[in-house]
Amino acid sequence: MEILIIVISAVFVNNILLSQFLGICPFLGVSNKVSTALGMSAAVMFVMALSTMVTYLLQHYVLVPLGIEYMQTISFILVIAALVQMVEIVLKKISPALYQALGIFLPLITTNCAVLGVAIMVVTKEFTFGSEAHILNMGESVVYALASAFGFGLAMVIFAGIREQLEIVGVPASFKGIPIALITAGILAMAFMGFSGLV
Amino acid sequence: MSRLSIITKGIIKENPTFVLVLGMCPTLGTTTSAINGMGMGLATTFVLILSNVVISLVAGLIPAKVRIPSYIVIIASFVTLLQLLMQAFLPSLYETLGLFIPLIVVNCIVLGRAEAFANKNNALDSALDGIGIGLGFTLSLTIIGLVRELLGNLSIFDMKIFNGDGALAFVLAPGAFIVLGYLMVLFRKLTERMK
Amino acid sequence: MTLCLGIVTIVCAALLGAVNILTADAIAQAAVAKTEQAISAVVPAFDNRPASDRMTLSLEGESLAVYPAKQGDNPVGYAVEVSTSKGFGGTIKLMVGFDPDGNITGTSVISHSETPGLGSKMTEQKFYGQFVGKNPASFRLSVKKDGGDIDAITASTITSRAYADALSKAYRAFQNIKSNQNQSEK
Repeated sequence: MEILIIVISAVFVNNILLSQFLGICPFLGVSNKVSTALGMSAAVMFVMALSTMVTYLLQHYVLVPLGIEYMQTISFILVIAALVQMVEIVLKKISPALYQALGIFLPLITTNCAVLGVAIMVVTKEFTFGSEAHILNMGESVVYALASAFGFGLAMVIFAGIREQLEIVGVPASFKGIPIALITAGILAMAFMGFSGLV
Repeated sequence: MSRLSIITKGIIKENPTFVLVLGMCPTLGTTTSAINGMGMGLATTFVLILSNVVISLVAGLIPAKVRIPSYIVIIASFVTLLQLLMQAFLPSLYETLGLFIPLIVVNCIVLGRAEAFANKNNALDSALDGIGIGLGFTLSLTIIGLVRELLGNLSIFDMKIFNGDGALAFVLAPGAFIVLGYLMVLFRKLTERMK
Repeated sequence: MTLCLGIVTIVCAALLGAVNILTADAIAQAAVAKTEQAISAVVPAFDNRPASDRMTLSLEGESLAVYPAKQGDNPVGYAVEVSTSKGFGGTIKLMVGFDPDGNITGTSVISHSETPGLGSKMTEQKFYGQFVGKNPASFRLSVKKDGGDIDAITASTITSRAYADALSKAYRAFQNIKSNQNQSEK
């Protein structure tokens, strides 16, 4: 039950893009086509789940026992950068087809603040799912990361669909490109606000 | 390029928010009020200046292959430095900006300036570039915060201008996107006119 | 190549370690200052240092911090630090002050993550001012919609309910202290 609440909360209510503003760069940058949006989302989901798992272990079994929590930012970003590299190498060897599909998005993910954001969030923020506020355990953290990434994908794909339509509509010259995309995103965020209070 | 123009280009011609569209996460996430936007802008400026200077000094010593990871380590160190200093001396601002302070590490503006400017220029020019781009970022965030606070809360810098409740949507998530979108259009119109 | 990256990392880590040692005191002090500020906002004037007279109290499986405020040897009030997880955006931490008779002398929000402009209005005098001087023995700590005496924040019933929840928790803690004291006096 609690797992279900975590998923609904991360996908809809606290959507990582539309209510927490993490990962806006790819949201605006690679959302011109539904197919690229899907590829990017799949790559993010993969890396986010993996990096959350590793940073969770790093935080609770290395940084906290040694009392060097202040090294969190620097060690997390290094782990994420290294993981992205590794995923790229492994994917190239094992599944060239998947590499073809996700490869070009992988280098962009290191600087995707959604990945670092979720990794930091699950080890520092107290969440209230069910009755008591608590820091998530390992399983919940990974579920939260997967659900956040799914929410990221959902918003990306919806947004890309709208932007494909916008391409063929007459938009005033000064609104073309990013401004109209932002205003569209605002309306989409308003729609997602309807989910608040669900959990 | 004159020293002065290194500073001023960041404010209008290469404005990181309205022209280059970089660092959108903190731009949208922290501008619920003018003072929060300004705090975020200044925090980023702090990291930007220091990382620009250090990277311009060590750029010649680092082999090309590990350039980016080394820059990330340097930037992450300054971000941690900022975190420690803010926790000690500005705890309430640190709490308000929350997650977006560690996320300065992945702000494309900081790494972008290291790659595009600091590793090819001397320390003084790199510092000036950091100041210019940082000021441009701070100014943009303050303006966005100002507009959102005024429309959403009818106040400026926490001072109530009108009585009553504003249009709350502007303080919430949708307002962030919409205000930024319209301000970008306004910025385009104004710079066109100036040409 | 790897050596170079290694050197960069070691230098950075060493510098950060040094800065951490330098700022550790200031960070701890800032936390104490924040607590002290919250205490003096909610209880009448005192001349002791409530932060160093801290007591802990276990209530319903949670441990709460209570700070007694004294003038000379006379207790003038108690500041109770409570948190509730029933907020709209997550946990809300409050400092609640009582005088020795159980009247609320003030409330102050320590930290929260409520929606700016909606739930965050609980930090405005218009809302928290209504509790000053009220005694929970007669003032019912729930919102009017639920049959209590609290004027809820417009469009933020959940936040208002969470605030009420925290206040009644603080009051139960206060009653516990009082009954403990009465017992020890007898």
